Amino acid sequence: MRELELALDAFEGPFDLLLTLLLNEELEPREVDVAAIVLSFVEHAAERGELDLEACGEFLVLVSALLELKARGLFPGEAAELGELEPEEAAEELARRLAEYRRMKEAAAWLLERLAGEQDRWFRLGPAPLAPRGERRLAPQDPAALASAIRLLAVPPPTVSLGHMALRFPPVSQFLERFRALLHRRRRFDFDSEVGGLSRVEQAVALLALLELRKAGEIELSQAAPFAPIRISKAESPRSAATSVEEGMTPLDSERMDTWTARSA
Amino acid sequence: MDSPLRLIAPNPVDRLARTIEALLVVASAPLSAAELAEAADDDVERVETALGLLAERYVDHRSGIVLERVAGGYAFRASREAAEACARLFERPVERGLSQAALETLAIVAYLGPCSRPEVARIRGVAADSAVASLVERGLITESGRENAPGGAVRYRTTPLFERVFGLDSLAALPRLDDLGEDEGMIRERLLEVASARAS
Repeated sequence: MRELELALDAFEGPFDLLLTLLLNEELEPREVDVAAIVLSFVEHAAERGELDLEACGEFLVLVSALLELKARGLFPGEAAELGELEPEEAAEELARRLAEYRRMKEAAAWLLERLAGEQDRWFRLGPAPLAPRGERRLAPQDPAALASAIRLLAVPPPTVSLGHMALRFPPVSQFLERFRALLHRRRRFDFDSEVGGLSRVEQAVALLALLELRKAGEIELSQAAPFAPIRISKAESPRSAATSVEEGMTPLDSERMDTWTARSA
Repeated sequence: MDSPLRLIAPNPVDRLARTIEALLVVASAPLSAAELAEAADDDVERVETALGLLAERYVDHRSGIVLERVAGGYAFRASREAAEACARLFERPVERGLSQAALETLAIVAYLGPCSRPEVARIRGVAADSAVASLVERGLITESGRENAPGGAVRYRTTPLFERVFGLDSLAALPRLDDLGEDEGMIRERLLEVASARAS
């Protein structure tokens, strides 16, 4: 019911608003075309495809109330309106209305007479021809400015650098030399502090260099915990490494440590 | 070769008059002097002079075509001599079968327009729905906005076709409303006479 939109002569909008206007006496019931409302409702119901009994019932009640309101408003209202007036005033009002209608009736008669007099006037009837489309005129341009604009377009664009797309690996030997030189000066160092300023690729190559050194037994790697700094120290000798295994660790611990250090690298 | 001797000097607006003649032949509705001036790319004063020239040329009984001033503009129509022949060939769909109700409604819209159906119904005392619909269909009246109140009723006004069909230059050519119908005082007196006759 709330979504029923009406497009009547006297009113355009939702049904709810129509009822509000009628109840507030802002709209005359006699001006409302009830048949058109019923037609709108039936069309609306047909569009929805399902019969909402509750909505239909509500509509019937509202429309019958509206019809009664209109029926009451059509005759007794008019009589009451005139009835409230004094006989003199009522006669005055009636005379005014009659005179207004009489004037219009006379005007209609004048039109009819005029029409009869114009029967021999024949002219062309038809839809007005279409107006031509407005021409789009361009503003005057300086040829030199146009040429320079075209010239700008003709300049080849700068070549796009693809350098970032190719990975450049520095040689592993570069880091082998660097770490060996470092261990020559110091007994141990942290991997992170040494490669901190390098690119990711360089850091990866540095790690490979470490693994190479570890494989050759030149260094020892240790890490306190996962993601903790990797500490690199110079290997005493291959022999001493074996000794340390025998002294403090089980073979399993040693294996774990080796695996750990290797994998964490 | 020498140019031929001209005994009569050509009118300076002759050429413009020919252009206007052509525009009026093409048009199916009256064209105002301003519209003609814009189309002819000339000024209104010269166009009016040219229209005067054409009016002399197309005066009734001199040609089958008559230039008339109607509906606020200028238009060609058939001469009255040819009316019978036209009637044998053509129909008059706009004004054919206009009922008394339609004529009264048309008069109300012409004098009081833009006005709504409820206003027409108030004056005539009966619903004006079919009369209004018929007049809209004929093109004699057209919608002209709505009343200001929320959900206001559609208002109607007469069209330029109305003026053309009734041969009016504009709505101002309608007779004054005060000159039509009986005097209000006379109606009042008659009403009182009837009332006293019943009472006695």
